[in-house]
Amino acid sequence: MTGTLGLLRLVLRRDRTIMPLWVLVLGILPYVYVTGFETLFGTAQERIHYAQISAANAGFIGLYGPLHGDSLGELTVWRGGFLPVMIGLAALLMVVRHTRADEEAGRTELIRAGVVGRFAPLAAAVLATVLACTVMGVIVAVTLIGEGLPAEGSIALAVSYAVSGWLFAGVGAVTAQISDSGRQARAMAVLVLGVSYVLRMGGDISALGGGRLDWMSWLSPIGWVHRVFPFGADDWWPVALVVVLTLATVGASAYLLTRRDLGGGLLAGRLGPATAAASLRSPITLAWRLHRGLLFSWTAGFAALGLVFGGVSTSVAQLAEDSDSMSKIFSQLGGTDSVMDAYFASIAQTCAVIISCYAVQAALRIRDEEQTGHAEPVLSTDVTRWAWAGSHLVFALFGPAAALLAEGVVAGVVHGDPGPVVASVLAQLPAVWVLAGVAMLLIGAVPKLAAAAWAVVAVAFLILIVGPLVQADQWVLDISPFTHVPHLPGAGFTAVPLLILTLIAAVLGGAGLIALRRRDLPV
Amino acid sequence: MADAIDVEGLIKRFGAVTALDGLDLRVATGEVHGFLGPNGAGKTTAIRVLLGLMRADGGSARLLGGDPWADATALHRRLAYVPGDVTFWPNLTGGEVIDLLGRLRGGVDRKRRDDLIERFELDPRKKGRAYSKGNRQKVALVAALASDVELLFLDEPTSGLDPLMEEVFREVILEEKRRGDRTVLLSSHILSEVEALCDRLTIIRAGRAVETGTLADLRHLTRTTIRAELTGPVNGLAAIAGVHDLITEDGRVAFDVDAEALEPALKSLVEAGVRSLVSQPPSLEELFLRHYTRDSEAAR
Repeated sequence: MTGTLGLLRLVLRRDRTIMPLWVLVLGILPYVYVTGFETLFGTAQERIHYAQISAANAGFIGLYGPLHGDSLGELTVWRGGFLPVMIGLAALLMVVRHTRADEEAGRTELIRAGVVGRFAPLAAAVLATVLACTVMGVIVAVTLIGEGLPAEGSIALAVSYAVSGWLFAGVGAVTAQISDSGRQARAMAVLVLGVSYVLRMGGDISALGGGRLDWMSWLSPIGWVHRVFPFGADDWWPVALVVVLTLATVGASAYLLTRRDLGGGLLAGRLGPATAAASLRSPITLAWRLHRGLLFSWTAGFAALGLVFGGVSTSVAQLAEDSDSMSKIFSQLGGTDSVMDAYFASIAQTCAVIISCYAVQAALRIRDEEQTGHAEPVLSTDVTRWAWAGSHLVFALFGPAAALLAEGVVAGVVHGDPGPVVASVLAQLPAVWVLAGVAMLLIGAVPKLAAAAWAVVAVAFLILIVGPLVQADQWVLDISPFTHVPHLPGAGFTAVPLLILTLIAAVLGGAGLIALRRRDLPV
Repeated sequence: MADAIDVEGLIKRFGAVTALDGLDLRVATGEVHGFLGPNGAGKTTAIRVLLGLMRADGGSARLLGGDPWADATALHRRLAYVPGDVTFWPNLTGGEVIDLLGRLRGGVDRKRRDDLIERFELDPRKKGRAYSKGNRQKVALVAALASDVELLFLDEPTSGLDPLMEEVFREVILEEKRRGDRTVLLSSHILSEVEALCDRLTIIRAGRAVETGTLADLRHLTRTTIRAELTGPVNGLAAIAGVHDLITEDGRVAFDVDAEALEPALKSLVEAGVRSLVSQPPSLEELFLRHYTRDSEAAR
């Protein structure tokens, strides 16, 4: 452990921009929700009414988690139900960035050759992340108490957020030992997070309709976090459960570290073919080799999502039958005729924003290939820059299409009526493409800021989950391409916004390609 | 025959930094041309401009009779490149990378590929991550040398290779040279390699060519070191322009002499009577050290 403190300072110094940013944004979001609710509801009666509707909305419960009360605090907890996932994501990315990614780049070798203990780099990365999550928790507690919410509930919420980050810091630490590349370590940790979320979602929606799949929530640490019920029961034992699991993962990562060599993973590299398959002869077949793993994972993940969403749709239908007045409220709220339509429309929107991450990830592979030096040998052969970039863009555009199609078909078939469900997710594609187009423009025109494409996705996501609540002006909502997609199924289908979005995506992407053709490479 | 590479007054800036400051470089078809200079002198930037990866801010560059930026891909069919810092995809094996790069260029000579893999003792079944720096270098070298191209850009190709493999590399390049129609631009820091392989060489410093010519030409520019035991006293040696660092003691003299002053200096030694004489030819090292040191002085 020698040198941990020094390395901790190094981690904090290297993360001095990005870390305070996510700590601050995620830390004040609950406060934003509270003030949003305060302006939204003139009277307690309105608030209770809203809570009653929301608690029965399967799409909302799926996205945010269960709602067990109608106080301002409980509504805030429920509305911020996606935050544990975002905090977990930020934490696992931070740990992998400072462990496996560093090791892969050869920086850890230099560090470890100094007077630095075997565990110091891992300990520093985990400590810094735990520290960041804790600071974020403090911001949550202080802002909520300052806004007049009960202290115990505010602290319970803050702690449940912080431990979500701790846990996924531990998960990132484990996957960083198992795989031998940062990319793979991130993918594995995100998979664990995604599975946790989907299990919680399936369990909660099922429980809502009295289904038999409610135990799924108990398999998920995200589900545990939701069982703290701040401002309500204020149960602390799920926190203890998460902390125990965190200690277990951190302990496991330290143990795994002793079982492997520096630079190596636990998954040993195997020998491969000595000659290339006859098909490996063009930029597009090379891109297929580089993208297929990601494509399969996302498509399989979305098919699994479809299974959950389709599977619980019977619970939603049940709910609608139980309460006739409820379905009237739904149709007023969502502008759609049925509870079912509102449910699938909100699912389609959620899926679209999530799959935008894949679109941006696949597009940024262009920049990644440039920075790692992989592009140089390819571009010094008979391959034009457009053919090279285009081969990756194919996956940024049609990879999300494949994943959305998988989700729509599986959910639709399980539900019993695939047509409208498939149409609802595929209608989101042009909006996803706009974000891929933004990524391409950044890669071509301002390559050093290409990673800002993630910020654009984050903004679209924030607008989706916060925008309507804080009653943001229409022009703010209009920034997100997802605002312009017709709410299918239910709302009338109009092709014009989809055509315009496609056109915008094409213009952005085309401008990016032209800029890429004209600039130096690598920069 | 036209020059394979013809660069005049090439300028390339990165913001405030001028990487190439009026570079001149001429490489005749069929020759192996050494490209030398201290780290950061602009060698890699010059190669990237010639590959059309970077766009020059000024000057002219012709490559195999074409424009490196506008005709990039057409020219790339006729050349191969070994980057200085090679990394390949972690999930592709060395053999796959060699085949892929060869096919992207228009085709691989199967027999030559296998022959090169054997000579460089490369295991083509390993995946990108499992290769050491030297082995990655071998993958890039085999990929470049296995295709039938007119021009090879080799950016410090032997960095990371062990001495045995360096020897193999030299043999292969000498074989290429004997074919007579392959041009090679070889950037290197290893002077014995340059001495063994190159017909002509260019030394660049701070983005500008400071010397260019055959090795013999360049040698001419340096001083020979002479030590002699004399039978009688020597006169007038110190007065000859071009004699430097003269030391005389007990009938022994030692001095450095410029090429053009060699004859008068030897004459005056002979007049004094020579008992023994050792002359040391100028080494390439001295030549480089002179340029490299001047560079660090200029930087100061």
